[in-house]
Amino acid sequence: MTRGSRVLALSVFALAAVSACRKKPETTPTPGAGPTPSPTCDQRCRDSIALREKRVADSIAAANAAAEKAAYERAIAATKAALAAPVYFEYDSDELSSDARATLDAKLPIFRANPSLRIRVAGHTDERGSDEYNLALGQRRAAAVKRYLSDQGIDGGRFEIVSFGEERPAVTDANEESWRMNRRAEFEIIAGGDALVAPK
Amino acid sequence: MSLLRRRAPSLVPLLALVAALGASLCAPLTAPLRAQDTTVAGVRIGLVYAGARPGVLVLPVDGTAGDSIRAILQRDFQHGDRIDVVALAPSAIPPFGNGTTAKPNYALFTRLGAAAILQVTPTSFGIQVAVHNAAKGVVERAKAFPLPAGALSADWRLALHAVADEIEQWITGVRGVAATRILYVSGGRVWQVDSDGANALAITSAGTAMSPVWHPKASHIAYMTMGPTGQQIVVREIGGATRVLPTRAGLNMTPTFAPDGYTLAYAHGGESGTDLYATNAFGTDPARRITVGRGSDNTQPSFSPDGRRLAFTSGRLGHPEVYISDADGTNADLLTRDYVDQPYRANPDWSPDGRLIAFEAQLGGRMQVMSISLRDRLVKRHTSEGANEQPSWAPDSRHVVFTSDRGGSRQLWVLDVESNTVRQLTRAPAGARFGAWSPPLLRTR
Repeated sequence: MTRGSRVLALSVFALAAVSACRKKPETTPTPGAGPTPSPTCDQRCRDSIALREKRVADSIAAANAAAEKAAYERAIAATKAALAAPVYFEYDSDELSSDARATLDAKLPIFRANPSLRIRVAGHTDERGSDEYNLALGQRRAAAVKRYLSDQGIDGGRFEIVSFGEERPAVTDANEESWRMNRRAEFEIIAGGDALVAPK
Repeated sequence: MSLLRRRAPSLVPLLALVAALGASLCAPLTAPLRAQDTTVAGVRIGLVYAGARPGVLVLPVDGTAGDSIRAILQRDFQHGDRIDVVALAPSAIPPFGNGTTAKPNYALFTRLGAAAILQVTPTSFGIQVAVHNAAKGVVERAKAFPLPAGALSADWRLALHAVADEIEQWITGVRGVAATRILYVSGGRVWQVDSDGANALAITSAGTAMSPVWHPKASHIAYMTMGPTGQQIVVREIGGATRVLPTRAGLNMTPTFAPDGYTLAYAHGGESGTDLYATNAFGTDPARRITVGRGSDNTQPSFSPDGRRLAFTSGRLGHPEVYISDADGTNADLLTRDYVDQPYRANPDWSPDGRLIAFEAQLGGRMQVMSISLRDRLVKRHTSEGANEQPSWAPDSRHVVFTSDRGGSRQLWVLDVESNTVRQLTRAPAGARFGAWSPPLLRTR
C-alpha cells in the first residue's frame, strides 16, 4: 500500500465517520429500490437519485397504464364502430345481402357482452321514389334488421326501430354512389352505452 | 255530370241559372262537397263552342283598386284555362261607353276577339259586374258583389277570386277554382298559398311536417310530423287548436279525411309492413284496419268522392303500384298494371268528379304525373320536364298541383290536364312539396 493510498483510505474512513455522526437523513431511499448510494454521494445526491428512480418507475407505470388505456379505448372504439356500422340495401328492397348480414353478425358478440345495451335502428332510403312511400320502405328496412338480429338470439326488446325515409340523407349528391350510401340502416345506442365492454 | 256532356253548346234561360245557383247555395254543406261544387248543369251564356275558349275582354276598372281588380280577374280567367283573356293595355281599349248613354260598338270588340266584355264598376260596398255578349250586343248577366273592406287584403282577394269563379261559371258553365288555397310543406313547416300564388303563409311552427291534407269543409287540416322515435299525425283546426292523433307508436303517415268529414284514414307501420287504418278525425274511435298487406307497404290513401272506394299505394307485388278497393279494404284491384320499363307507381289522388285518378309513375328513372280514367283505364302522361310528383286535384277535376324540380329546386306547379300546360305556383326559398289543393273556400252570394 503506497502512502498515497493509505491517505485516501484514511480520508474515506474519516468521511464515513463524520457522516455517521450527522443526524438521520430527511428522506431514506425505498428499501431495495436502486443501488446503495455511493459513500461519495451526499444527501442531495441521493435524493436526486431517488427522484430519478421514482420518475423512471412512474413513467413506466404511466406508459403501461396509457398503453392499457389506449388498448381499451381502441377496443371500445372498435366495438362502437362495429356497433354503428351501417348496413346497405338495394333499390326499393329490404333484403339483407350477405355483406349486410356479415355487418350484422359482427354486432352479435357486442350485444352478448353488453346485456344492458339497447339500440335504435333507423331505416333510410335514397331520394328516388315517393317521399312518403320511402318512409314505409325505411321502416321495412329497420324491421328487417331487427328481425335478423332477433333471429340470431338477441332479445328483440333491445331494439327500437324508426324510419326517416329519404329525409336525412348521408350524402346529398344525386348519383348512383350517393344513392347507394343513402339506402341504409343506422344504429344508435339508446341505453347501456356508458359502460360498454368489448367482446372477449 | 260529365265534362263531355257539358261541352255541347246550349242556350239556357237565365231562370235556370238562378234556380240552379240558388239550389246549390241553399243545399247544406255536406260531403261529398268537392264533387258537387264545380258544376251547375247546363248553365252557360252561350259563348262556348266545343273545343273553343271564348275571348273575354275585361274593361279598365275605375277606383283606387281598379287596376288590381282587373289584373286579378284576368289572371284568374287565364289560370282557369277555359277563357281566352283579350289582354289589351287599357290605353289600347277603345271607348266602350258607360252602358247607359252611348251604345257600345260591339262589332269593334268582336273584331278584337272578345266574345264577352266584362264591365266592372266599383260600388260603395264592392263591385257591380256586367257581362256583355258581343255577338248579340246585349248585357247577358249583371250582379252586384260585396267585397270586404281593405282592398288587397287576403280576405278581399279571396272574395274577388270567388267573383271570378262565378263569372267563369256564367261564361263557360264551369265554376272556376280561383277561390281556393293550396297547402304545402317548405322547410319542415306547413304553408298555404292562394291559387294565384299570393299570400304564402306559414301555418305551423318550425318542425318536420309532411303530407298536409284539407278537411272536406276546409275547417281543419291534417299532417304528419316526424320525431326521433317515429311519426305522428296532427289534426289542426284552421285558426284553432292542434291535436295529436293517439295512434300506436311507430310510423304514422299520409292522413286523409274521408268525404264524410268524420273518418280519417292513414298508414301505420310497425315491424311487419305498413297498412292502412281508419279512425275518426279526433282519434277517439279504435283504429280499424283497412288493408292486410302481409308485410308489404300500403300507404297514401285517397277516397272516391262518394267515400265508398279507396285508392292507395301498395307494394304487395314487390314494388309500388296503385290499387283501388272498397273503403273497408275489400275487393282490392290493381289499377296501374306494368306498362312501362320501371315498375314504380304511387301517390294516387282521386279527382273530385270521380272520373280520374292522378298518380306518379317512374319513367326513365324520374317520376312523372299521370292520370288514369276509371271508365276505360286509359292512362295519360301529363309531364316530361324534370321530375314531377305528388299530384293533388283542384275542385274542377281539371287542374292538378304537383311538385317539380324543373326550375332547379322543388317547387309547386299547376297543371291543366286537358292541355298539359303548366304554371309555377310557389317560389319558396326552402323549396316546396306535398301540395294539397283545397275545396272551394268561399261561395259568392
